[in-house]
Amino acid sequence: MGNKKTIIVFSGDLDRAMAAFIIATGAAAMGDDVTMFFTFWGLNILRKAKKVQVKKDFLERMFGAMMPRGPEKLGLSRMNFGGLGAKMMRYIMKKKNVNTLTELMENARALGVKIIACTMSMDVMGIRKEELIDGIDFAGVATYLGEADEANVNLFI
Amino acid sequence: MAEINIDAKFLQCPGPIVQLFNAVKSVQSGDVIIVEATDRGFYKDVQAWCRKTGNELLSLEDGDVIVAKVKKA
Repeated sequence: MGNKKTIIVFSGDLDRAMAAFIIATGAAAMGDDVTMFFTFWGLNILRKAKKVQVKKDFLERMFGAMMPRGPEKLGLSRMNFGGLGAKMMRYIMKKKNVNTLTELMENARALGVKIIACTMSMDVMGIRKEELIDGIDFAGVATYLGEADEANVNLFI
Repeated sequence: MAEINIDAKFLQCPGPIVQLFNAVKSVQSGDVIIVEATDRGFYKDVQAWCRKTGNELLSLEDGDVIVAKVKKA
C-alpha cells in the first residue's frame, strides 16, 4: 500500500515551505513514507526561534544573524515587501483557518515524516546541530539519493 | 461494527485527510467512519484517499458540508 516520497527543501521562503509540508503531511496521511531533505536556505526552516550559544567565527556569526530563525521568521517568495507581505499572508491564513507552518511541521512529524538536514550546507552557512530543532537526522547527498531511489515521487522545492 | 463521527469542518487541506487517516488507524477492520468537512477539495480528495489506501467509500454527499462514509478494510 505505502510508497515512498522524497522532498528536497532548498528554499527558505514561507510559501514554498508551506507547500512542502502540506504535500509531506498529505502523503503521510495516505500511508506513504516521507523523507524531507533540507539544504541551503531550507535549513532556516529548521532553526530554533531562540538564539543558541555556539562557537562561530565572524563570517558565520554574520550569516547566522542575517538569516531567518525558524518558521515564524520566514518571508514570502513573492510580494514580501520587506516582511510586510509575509505578515499579511500570516494574518489572512489565520483568518481562513489554515495551519501555521509551525503547526504543519508538528503535524508532519507526528505522522512520521522524516527530516534530514544537509551537513554540507550546514557547514557552509555556519549552522550548528544545536541550532536546529531536535529529533532530526544529519546526512549528505548519498543518504538522500539512497532514499530517492526507493521513492516514486521526488520534489525539489 | 462501530461507527465513529469525525468533525473536520473548517479544517483546511490537508486537515480532513489527516483526521480520517488517524481515525482509520485507531479503529478495527469493518468499522465505519463518518467525516464531515467543509474544505471543497475534500470531495475529490477522499475518493483519491480511499483508492490509494484500499478503504471502502460507502457514500459521499456533496454540499456546504461534505459527508463521507468510509469503511475500514
